[in-house]
Amino acid sequence: MKTIKTSIGRRSFIKRSTLAGGGIVLSFNWLTSCDMTPSQVKALPKEWFQINGFLKIGENGLVTIMSPNPEIGQNIKTSMPMLVAEELDVDWNDVIVEQAPLNTTLFKRQLAGGSQSIRQGWNSLRMAGATARAMLIQAAAQTWGVEPAEITTSKGQLIHAASGKKSGFGSMASLAAEIDIPKEVALKELSDFKIIGTSRKNVDGTKIVTGQPLYGLDYSTDAMLIAMIVHPPAFGMQLKSIDDSQAASMPGIKKVFTMKTHLGDYGLGAFDNDAFNEVAVVVGNTTWEVMKAKEALKTEWELAPAKTEEMNFFGRTTTVETPAGLESTADHRMVFEKMASKKGKIVRKDGDPNKMFNKAAKIIERTYTCPFLAHNTMEPMNFFADVTDERANLVGPIQTPEFMEESISKRLGMDKDKIDIQMTRMGGGFGRRLYGHFMTEAAVISKEMRHPVKLIYSREDDMTQGTYRPAYHALYRAALDEDNNLIAFHVKTGGIPESPLAANRFPAGAIDHYLAEEWTEKSNITVGAFRAPRSNFIAGAEQSFLDEVAEAMGKDPIDFRLELLERAEKNPVGEKNDYEAARYAGVLKLVKEKSNWKETDSEVHRGTAAYFCHNSYVANVLDLEIQNGNPVVKKVFCAIDCGIVVNPDAATNLAEGGVVDGIGHAMYSAMTFKDGVPEQNNFDKYRLIRHSEAPKEIEVHFVDNKIDPTGLGEPPFPPIMGAMANALYKATGVRHYNQPFITDKPLAG
Amino acid sequence: MAQFQLNVNGTAHEVDVDPSTPILWVLRDHLSLVGTKYGCGIAQCGACTVHLNGIAVRSCQLPVSSIGNNKLTTIEGLSEKGDHPVQKAWLEHDVPQCGYCQSGQIMSASALIGANSNPSDEEIDSAMNGNICRCGTYTRIKAAIKTASNS
Repeated sequence: MKTIKTSIGRRSFIKRSTLAGGGIVLSFNWLTSCDMTPSQVKALPKEWFQINGFLKIGENGLVTIMSPNPEIGQNIKTSMPMLVAEELDVDWNDVIVEQAPLNTTLFKRQLAGGSQSIRQGWNSLRMAGATARAMLIQAAAQTWGVEPAEITTSKGQLIHAASGKKSGFGSMASLAAEIDIPKEVALKELSDFKIIGTSRKNVDGTKIVTGQPLYGLDYSTDAMLIAMIVHPPAFGMQLKSIDDSQAASMPGIKKVFTMKTHLGDYGLGAFDNDAFNEVAVVVGNTTWEVMKAKEALKTEWELAPAKTEEMNFFGRTTTVETPAGLESTADHRMVFEKMASKKGKIVRKDGDPNKMFNKAAKIIERTYTCPFLAHNTMEPMNFFADVTDERANLVGPIQTPEFMEESISKRLGMDKDKIDIQMTRMGGGFGRRLYGHFMTEAAVISKEMRHPVKLIYSREDDMTQGTYRPAYHALYRAALDEDNNLIAFHVKTGGIPESPLAANRFPAGAIDHYLAEEWTEKSNITVGAFRAPRSNFIAGAEQSFLDEVAEAMGKDPIDFRLELLERAEKNPVGEKNDYEAARYAGVLKLVKEKSNWKETDSEVHRGTAAYFCHNSYVANVLDLEIQNGNPVVKKVFCAIDCGIVVNPDAATNLAEGGVVDGIGHAMYSAMTFKDGVPEQNNFDKYRLIRHSEAPKEIEVHFVDNKIDPTGLGEPPFPPIMGAMANALYKATGVRHYNQPFITDKPLAG
Repeated sequence: MAQFQLNVNGTAHEVDVDPSTPILWVLRDHLSLVGTKYGCGIAQCGACTVHLNGIAVRSCQLPVSSIGNNKLTTIEGLSEKGDHPVQKAWLEHDVPQCGYCQSGQIMSASALIGANSNPSDEEIDSAMNGNICRCGTYTRIKAAIKTASNS
């Protein structure tokens, strides 16, 4: 066992004063999961004893574990409590999971983003369980008059082997709650894990398949009103006036008004990104009545001026400049061409790339692009707010509750300790719900109405609001000598409004002469983090380009990558390389072995790709067939190194989803603009991958190592786009450079 | 506003709503049956799928005035104890990620199996193509349908 100081998590322990009396009466909470699931045989306890902020134990041994972070489908509501339960040494069937509300005193980093929840919770969550276990052991030792070191635990039982004494956790919970918090606790050896590394079902599974209320859109209270907003129809426009003469008198309508999300008298928070600060609001009794009144509302819009705002970006004040004008996708294409032809800002330079390109026998130059994308979470943006003069109670789907508490505090002029935020299960996140303007809007609307309201975005409101994945561009060049050796590499990327460059990632470090440049162009179309930001384009572009370089060099694409990685491992170029070459090579070797890379049927066309992001490594082999002129993905092999895998089947599910999501967006999806107006506003025009287009089979393999867990929500998403492009080339003889591939080139059988 | 008698999950309900109200919003706002989800409002995503006399339909496109005496079944009424073969298969394969689309997926899948106890891959593709899963759980959905169809 290794011991770990508990000091880093001490604020996770409730002050002793609140523990006086031991038992805590729970108030009804809409979000709690205190109903039985079929696997649980024990009845709910009569009394709960709070051991620390993460867990409470009932007198009958049932344990409630709080899941601190927002659940967006990455399944941390199951896997985070697994970490606590492991070290507590409780039977998983005796665990009830509750979603914790925002509580910055008890919990750290209650955020869903960057694939960091398990990585950053790995120690603190296990420590919460281990500390509670140590307190239970101490309680038993006092009760039995024996040494704590002689007491062992197993599946919720305390055991003193020498005397034969035995007790369930529940019997000792009352006393344990009074024990001093140990300064150090021992954590299990990895080989002693009984829960971590075993597949456990989604704790909300039964509720999901029986349609129980779980999501923000499902939340309701008595006498709650429904609100919807009307935002400008185009980026670059703003509200001029509304005429509510018809809408306000329609059945069920309570009020029609306009509101500003931010007042401009304070700096914006990092997630207060919002294209349309002033919107019209319709409030009424029911959703359909509000939708009908919204259609009847007459609005006048005008061109918005350019603006400059201050934003507090993680403690650093930055200036955000938004240009005026009505942009079109055709303009963006011209921006791409103009900027790519100019010199960019040099971000990394190794050796003398210019010299090597001048003496090259052959230069391969290729350009890759991708469009803006809408996140399109299946559950549209929504939030419940009940704001009075004294308090604000907010309930709904948000990835950044702590940041939004700050924003709402500023907007309402209300202390943060008067604001309660509860997170519902989310119908998808993908980064979209990092940006909580809809939550601020709900709070302002409730304050105006002096009534509880639930704000609902229609699909059209949601899809045309902005916060998109940026449009990106990448220009790659490779210099080969007369013997087809790769002697220099050049990448120049840019985007509207950000560049996707990761200058210190592979193949940087593997090539002596390397140049990375970037450029950006401002836009009034707002963007936001989209599953694996920047990587979600650059991985596919880079991996397509490497495929083409390998072909020109007459090399097998996997062997070519492995050679470069061997160079990067043994004799790296430069000192700032962001990846571990051996782990990168590890996933390529694993996928090569599992897919029998060089042995395949003649009608199957194979593409490969690998990428590193969010601290994890993923490699793919994708098998494609052409059936009736259409590409059919028969099978995808996916090899992942994300360190220790907490919940293998759930992790496999997440990786499968990343593969389907990646193929879908690379193949089919695009958001385009005409004079500032988004040209796609619902799923009849915006294409998402559907059932018949998904791979027929996905096989996921994890590298078995003992490294602490790293990210998994994002890493399986980016590389598959490259594998798809490379397999399409094998199948059709046509390279695909512009996403979505379906419109890039006609597919030929 | 008008009064409508509805047969939902074997229970008679009376609602007083605008006749144009889609049954989706009657279920969600008036009957507190929120398992049926709103996703697009134009019958393109399948999140709102319910059964009308056992046939899968998009509830966002069905005005309450069109229902008459026909029997509506929602995810809440698919089985009494959440033990419909499709629901059991969904749990066995641990299909959901975010889970938001899954009640619609289950309603489409259960209607398919109700009409065709052993669907082929192509029949599954065709029946399920109207249900979008943004998380990409399609391969598990297909596996779960096969498990359910064999049970």
